[in-house]
Amino acid sequence: MHLAYPAVLSALLFATGLYGVLARRNAILVLMSVELMLNAVNLNLVAFDVWLSKTARDTLHSGQALTLFTIAIAAAEIGIGLAIVLAVHRNRGTADIDRLRDTAEPGNDDPDDDSDDDSDGSGSTRSEPAEKAEATA
Amino acid sequence: MTTTTLAVLVPLLPFLGAAAGLLLGRTAPGFARPLAVLPSVAALALAAVVAVRQGGGQAVDAATELTPTGSVPVELALHIDGFAALVAILVGLVATCVQIYSTGYLRHDPRYTSYAALVSLFTSAMLLVVYSGDLMVLLVGWEIMGICSYFLVGHYWETPEARAASIKAFLVTKLGDVPFLIGLFALAADTGSFRITKILGNVASGGLDHPTLIALLLLAGVAGKSAQFPLHTWLPDAMAGPTPVSALIHAATMVAAGVYFIARLLPVFTASAAALVVLAVMAAVTMAGSALAALAQDDIKRVLAYSTIGQLGYMTGALAVGDRGAAVFHLLAHGAFKALLFLAAGVIIHAAGTNSLAAMSRMKDLRARVPDAYWTMTVALLALAAIPPFSGFFSKESVLGAAEHAAVGHAESVPGAAGWIVLVSGLVTALLTAAYAMRLWLLAFHGHGTEAPDHGRQPVAMNSVLWLLALPSLAFGLATGVLPDWFDGRDLTPTLTTAVLGTGVALVGGIVTYGAWRHTTAMAGRVPLGAVAAHPDADGGLVEAEAIASHEPAYGNVASAPDPADPGRLLLGPLHRHAAVGFHLDAVYAALFVRPVQAAATLVRFLDREVVDTYVRGAGALPRWLGAAVRRAQTGNLQTYVSALLAGTVVLVVAALLVATAGA
Repeated sequence: MHLAYPAVLSALLFATGLYGVLARRNAILVLMSVELMLNAVNLNLVAFDVWLSKTARDTLHSGQALTLFTIAIAAAEIGIGLAIVLAVHRNRGTADIDRLRDTAEPGNDDPDDDSDDDSDGSGSTRSEPAEKAEATA
Repeated sequence: MTTTTLAVLVPLLPFLGAAAGLLLGRTAPGFARPLAVLPSVAALALAAVVAVRQGGGQAVDAATELTPTGSVPVELALHIDGFAALVAILVGLVATCVQIYSTGYLRHDPRYTSYAALVSLFTSAMLLVVYSGDLMVLLVGWEIMGICSYFLVGHYWETPEARAASIKAFLVTKLGDVPFLIGLFALAADTGSFRITKILGNVASGGLDHPTLIALLLLAGVAGKSAQFPLHTWLPDAMAGPTPVSALIHAATMVAAGVYFIARLLPVFTASAAALVVLAVMAAVTMAGSALAALAQDDIKRVLAYSTIGQLGYMTGALAVGDRGAAVFHLLAHGAFKALLFLAAGVIIHAAGTNSLAAMSRMKDLRARVPDAYWTMTVALLALAAIPPFSGFFSKESVLGAAEHAAVGHAESVPGAAGWIVLVSGLVTALLTAAYAMRLWLLAFHGHGTEAPDHGRQPVAMNSVLWLLALPSLAFGLATGVLPDWFDGRDLTPTLTTAVLGTGVALVGGIVTYGAWRHTTAMAGRVPLGAVAAHPDADGGLVEAEAIASHEPAYGNVASAPDPADPGRLLLGPLHRHAAVGFHLDAVYAALFVRPVQAAATLVRFLDREVVDTYVRGAGALPRWLGAAVRRAQTGNLQTYVSALLAGTVVLVVAALLVATAGA
């Protein structure tokens, strides 16, 4: 199999993940998008490992070893991430990233924050299922 | 035990007592009294044994060098001659009396333990100064005394007077100590040793290159410690401390250290005629000025403080005419009777509830309330006024005799001018001394008006000490014949001329004051006065602190009172106003030193706040603006941050690619 196929596939996966991280509002979806990005990298690692071992430049399969490494770390990361999201949801009743702005610099960004919050707030106050539907979409 | 061991124990025991008192004071307050009194008693006994063994003969010398210093060696040395042996007994005696007295005077004081430990430490330092044969070791004791004096004057630190007085005492004495230290180094540089014996041997063989400079530098330190003009201003203010402290430190021992120091190194001073004349002028100004000031004071303790300054003037006068025997004789006699005067004054203040002579002169029968203080104080005042046969007569006459001896040119290496200055000022001061002693006695004990308050009998610890100290005031004159064996061998018996002159002027002073008092006392009824403590039944120390604090609100001045019945006011006439404030010396110091320093401080403050800080603030402005701008990006929205991160990464990658392709 030509190297281009997995490379393109992983690029697409990565772009999808990146879009998810940047655009999704639900924290769980953001975490899933992060997983997509990680797996795009894993796919690259495995593909290039095979390609390099074919040309006998690398006989140690360090790409595959690194992939296992990444999977283990990704598992730990997603565990912690989900725990945090769960805790936040229990505390705040929401997992909407746009509304979790406690680290904002107080004072100077109130106006644009308010405008954001207004648009979000109108969305969330209209109907809970609608927001969920939007988030899961 | 050898004499040397005993002599080492003399300063060591009070030191250990002080250390134990400071360490155990909080945990075992029951031990505070024994720890205060017993080391002093033991030191007194050991000092007496050392004196008996030394016997006025060959000086006891011992030295050990702990570590080489590289240049002039500093040794732990003892040098005990007749002077040291006798002065040590005086220090031990007065310290013991003061410690016993304090157990009664400060018996309810919450800070008694630290007070007693500091008095012990002070005693130890003074004994170190007395016995030390090395000037650097002497300086250690000298400075410990300074810091102890600071703490003890400030014992009632709740009152602003005590705080100001302790800082003033410390600063003024340090002002003298800086030239003193330089003088010690110059002396060591000239003679190559800090040992007193070696220095004296070197001076005797004419090895001193700068005698005048060294003598004047040392004189500055002596003037500070012994409260001589112009550095005497701290002593009257130091009366804000408790009375036993005044008795021990500011009458009998610490102020005597300066005189004792000159007595030890007298050949260094006699090597320079100029230094002797300066010393004589200093003594004369001190004597006459302080006696005039004493006549105008209203606080009984300030009268005694100025009297101390004057009597120290006699001692420095004796040294100025080259007779250290007379100086130390007067030091010993004065130490005993002045300690007695202060301790008796403490009893009177306690009984009367006031330290103001004007208020006491309006109390009837105060002497019946404190019979012990009355009789012993009478004895001590007679000794102070140099009336025969009390001790002060013999010692003062020996000073005047030495001055006369020098004035007519019989003393070699002493300029006749110094002799005349000391003789004339000594006689004038004798007149004034008798006058203020008489005034003190009349005002304190012969008042008219309301009955004095009755607080019951004074504690035995306070009264018994008075009688113990009255003995040397009565009988020390008998030692006149024996003392020359202990000192330089010069005759100390009064000569007829000076004895008649001195006693005559003293009698005149006393009688004139009595006449003035009879004249003015009729006016006493017109002006009721009173600065009386709020808790007259309390412990002596508290009554005194309250009396000092109430003096200024009552009379508008800490030193004097507007009392028309005061004979001193009549005698001094227009001079009274100036004498009451110590001839404006404090104002002069304020104008010369305090205000320039304050102005400089204001200037520095202005430069720091307005000039330096402006640059600092200016330098901070740009980062602050940048920070404010960057802070606007901190929206709290994670996705914004990640977008910015992505954008940055893309830009960097594109840039790297462009650079790579451009290079290729």
